[in-house]
Amino acid sequence: MKRQAIVLNVSAALFALGLLAIWQALAEMRVISPVFFPAPSRAISELVERLADGSAYPPILATCTRMLFGWLCASILGVVLGAVIGSSRIGRDYLEPMLEFVRPLPASAIIPVAILFLGLTNQMSVAVIAFGAIWPVLLSSVYGFSSIQGRLQEVSAVLGLSRIEYLRKIAIPSAMPDILSGIRVSLAISLILAVVTEMQASLPGIGRDIFMAQRSFRSVDLYGGLIVLGVIGFTVNYALVAFEKRVLRWRNPYS
Amino acid sequence: MQRLFRALIVPVLILLVWEISSRTGFLTIEYLSRPSDILRAGLGALLDGSLLLATWQTFEAAFFGLFIAIVIGILTGTILGLSLTAERVAGPTIEALRPIPAVAFIPLSLLLFGFGLPMEGAVVAYACVWPILIATIGAVRGIEPRLLEVARVLELSFATRLRKIILPAALSRINVGVRVAVGFALVVAVTVEIIVNPRGLGYSLILAQQSLRVDLMYAQLLWLCIVGYAINALLRTVRMSQPSAFTGGRV
Repeated sequence: MKRQAIVLNVSAALFALGLLAIWQALAEMRVISPVFFPAPSRAISELVERLADGSAYPPILATCTRMLFGWLCASILGVVLGAVIGSSRIGRDYLEPMLEFVRPLPASAIIPVAILFLGLTNQMSVAVIAFGAIWPVLLSSVYGFSSIQGRLQEVSAVLGLSRIEYLRKIAIPSAMPDILSGIRVSLAISLILAVVTEMQASLPGIGRDIFMAQRSFRSVDLYGGLIVLGVIGFTVNYALVAFEKRVLRWRNPYS
Repeated sequence: MQRLFRALIVPVLILLVWEISSRTGFLTIEYLSRPSDILRAGLGALLDGSLLLATWQTFEAAFFGLFIAIVIGILTGTILGLSLTAERVAGPTIEALRPIPAVAFIPLSLLLFGFGLPMEGAVVAYACVWPILIATIGAVRGIEPRLLEVARVLELSFATRLRKIILPAALSRINVGVRVAVGFALVVAVTVEIIVNPRGLGYSLILAQQSLRVDLMYAQLLWLCIVGYAINALLRTVRMSQPSAFTGGRV
């Protein structure tokens, strides 16, 4: 059994390396144009070089800061609004239809509006990210707060819990799984919109860098940027999954 | 009736306050048009056909990309779903590619295809293939094993097996992935148009902003909301949740 797992893992690595090797061979034999598909070894060595001399870090930092700021705004606003709307019947009846109407709007579509109001600035970028990333959190926390079991509400009434105690001890823990899954989707959207706004408004970051790389046909840098973005996306998602598991430990005590 | 009233009261109030305060000069922000002007600009664009043409261009690219994603996603997903070994071997490669945001491929796609339909379709396809692929793997893995045994006993060819057993049995769950992808397709298509591609709704939105036709810009935003809402409503009605005979009543 264990041996089989090792064989599978090795062959998975070989599969990925094999694909890269085919690409490398095709690029070296000039079957595919190096302008569009440079050899992966060149892209990786360029990336390593830029990591070593430190020139790769400022854009990474800029993109991550942008992403995290927008995401934080969206999460805080989303949870608060979600709690207000979700825990009151009036809020749901009066506000939810309007939100349902605005929600399918592609977040990037408000970039032109945001540029008019805020200019080509970091605030514009954060505002767009927050607008786009708020929907998953908002909808999942509306759902989380509105689907608290009736019995739990009765318990809190019997115990005479105050509004704040009810929120802290019953409502928030009960809505937590929904909120966390919404927050995870939001983070992925934040990264996307950070890249989009950087491309659109020429704000410093990976998005602008890969766009510039394309304009000057430096496809080696373009692939380097793609790799970095993949690593960022993977890392933040993995970190949030780990966080989710830790926070929600109480749900499956036997694992 | 009462529900409709409650749903409409807040937006109508907002629009009224907005209209009145801008007419009385209480609110003078040059980037905020009046609701009545927005409506007029929207109707104008709708009547002269420019809005519909832009919508058609966006839909064309979105469905082109979606179609590619469905073909690739279902084929690859079926192979990976049928063989656990194949999934274990190719899985890490897929997990490494999936977190790259689709918009990051806009420059690469532009380099490869130039402006136009193919570059937009390629980016849309990249974004849409993942939900379909993952839903298909799950769906194929969930097929009643006895059905696959029957196929083996009957010595059906792969194509026949795909057509007669696998796809009918897995379709209702693949459909879930496709529905998610439809939502992605429109969003990604508009985004590509806003950033580079000179066609469709996204581009006309940017054009309106750059020529300071603020009323037209808001009208187009409203139109995007309506289109998105209509697609969501449509998807909700065609939800194919009726249990198929193959799953034995389970969906």
